[in-house]
Amino acid sequence: MIAATLRRQASRRVLPGFGLSLGVTLTFVSLILLLPLTSLVGQLSQLSLSQYWFLISDPRILASYRVTLLAAAVAALFNAAFGLLMAWVLVRYEFPGKRLVDALMDLPFALPTAVAGVTLATLYSSQGWVGRWLETLGLPIAYTWVGIALAMAFTSIPFVVRTVQPILEDLPSEVDEAAVTLGARDGHAFRRVILPHLWPALVTGTGLAFVRSLGEFGAVIFIAGGKPFETEITSLMIFVKLQEYDYAGAAAVASIVLATSLALLLLINLWQGRFIRRLHGGGA
Amino acid sequence: MIRIGDAPGVRRLLIGVALVLTALFLLLPLVAIFAQALMGGIDLYWQNLSDRYTLAAIGLTLLVTLLTVPINLVFGVFLAWLVTRFSFPGRRLLQTLIDIPFAVSPVVAGLVYLLLYGRNGWLGGWLDSYDIQIMFAWPGIVLVTIFVTCPFVARELIPLMQAQGAREEEAAVTLGASGWTIFRRVTLPKIRHALLYGAILTNARAVGEFGAVSVVAGAIRGQTNTLPLQVEQLYQDYNTVGAFTSASLLALLALLTLAAKAALEWRAARRESLA
Repeated sequence: MIAATLRRQASRRVLPGFGLSLGVTLTFVSLILLLPLTSLVGQLSQLSLSQYWFLISDPRILASYRVTLLAAAVAALFNAAFGLLMAWVLVRYEFPGKRLVDALMDLPFALPTAVAGVTLATLYSSQGWVGRWLETLGLPIAYTWVGIALAMAFTSIPFVVRTVQPILEDLPSEVDEAAVTLGARDGHAFRRVILPHLWPALVTGTGLAFVRSLGEFGAVIFIAGGKPFETEITSLMIFVKLQEYDYAGAAAVASIVLATSLALLLLINLWQGRFIRRLHGGGA
Repeated sequence: MIRIGDAPGVRRLLIGVALVLTALFLLLPLVAIFAQALMGGIDLYWQNLSDRYTLAAIGLTLLVTLLTVPINLVFGVFLAWLVTRFSFPGRRLLQTLIDIPFAVSPVVAGLVYLLLYGRNGWLGGWLDSYDIQIMFAWPGIVLVTIFVTCPFVARELIPLMQAQGAREEEAAVTLGASGWTIFRRVTLPKIRHALLYGAILTNARAVGEFGAVSVVAGAIRGQTNTLPLQVEQLYQDYNTVGAFTSASLLALLALLTLAAKAALEWRAARRESLA
């Protein structure tokens, strides 16, 4: 039935390759994406509701949700500010080494997370180049939630910069002129005139950075140290359960992580879609 | 023309803060990797690099990448062609599905494969009876790497091919060209750079994937250790110099990735200004 409808539609298409590309894509998506995900559903369906609840509300797991959410929120807020600053400086100003700084912004995506993890752990340990100084100031970073937030912030730096940058580049200069000729001061003009244009991109970028931070593993585990109830992130709890062959427990916690990130991603996409429609006047 | 934030004081302050933070957060870690790797001198660096297990890890990483990148390249092209050249029910759903690997924590990605292909898994038990082992062996590492990196090529191609439209391809059809000829002679020249950039991103992620691979690899030294797992293992063994030696190779590749990206963008910008 569906195949017949598709074939009828395909016969009206001009370009060749519909059947082939549909076949290849569906085969790939089924085998690589959907089949493995059904195994998670299969594993979960063997649990009763009370068993499931017991597994996901274990006190040590609850503590890991708290640490993960707190650190990811702090990391995302840091990136909102840092990303906005970097996008502004890279678009509006000229200075020596600008192209190098621009290229460096993508380093966290290009550098393997495990490498970032061991490097940050070494730098910020109590004997490390930076950690030594912070220790004397009474600010230990390694093996605290601050270290986790730092690692999460590092791996998600590009999100805000790269979403805000193109919007800022496309902003017509009349926007600036209007504010400046009306005599507004810099801070005020930026908040009132520029920020409303950047707001959607800023929220999207910060949201993506938050989602990425929630799931981060390789960069975080080395600096976190894994003290139960204090510096264990949820991804690590799944990993630990797998090492103990507790597949049911791992699947239960994983379902929470998966549902949270998918819901957030969907929310970001909806928010972005709504804004784009409003921008292009489609909703009128 | 006067613009917001153009006063010299404001400009100098913002550039200064931006440069200091960039140096602290991005440049310092990069310098630290190479400094730690070379801490014991160049001889120790070579000795660490030619270690039997490190060489085995390099070999496995190369194998995984050589299998992953072409597979995802082909899949990405087919998906982008399907999504941008035809409209059909479920098109949006397909695009959302492809984004799942971006949203999923790598550990969860590893977990779902372990549940499927592990000894007690749906397929694992069946494959086990034929003596085929996927988990804790290289096929499992390749599979999770394909999963984790599958959106990259399609993500680069879809916006570009959507913007380009299908008019030139349609003209080629009316001139009687076959599907393969259209793709090779009309489409491919237009998407070459995006395709290359997608391959570079896929490559960088495939080489560096850690969370998903560490779940399915089982970390058997000399057999299922990829380079990032080797970094972890040496670090846990308190062999800091050894760990950073392997890490420096990965950092070098990251720098090459950034350079390639900058070069591609520079060429694109130059062509735009010439056009």
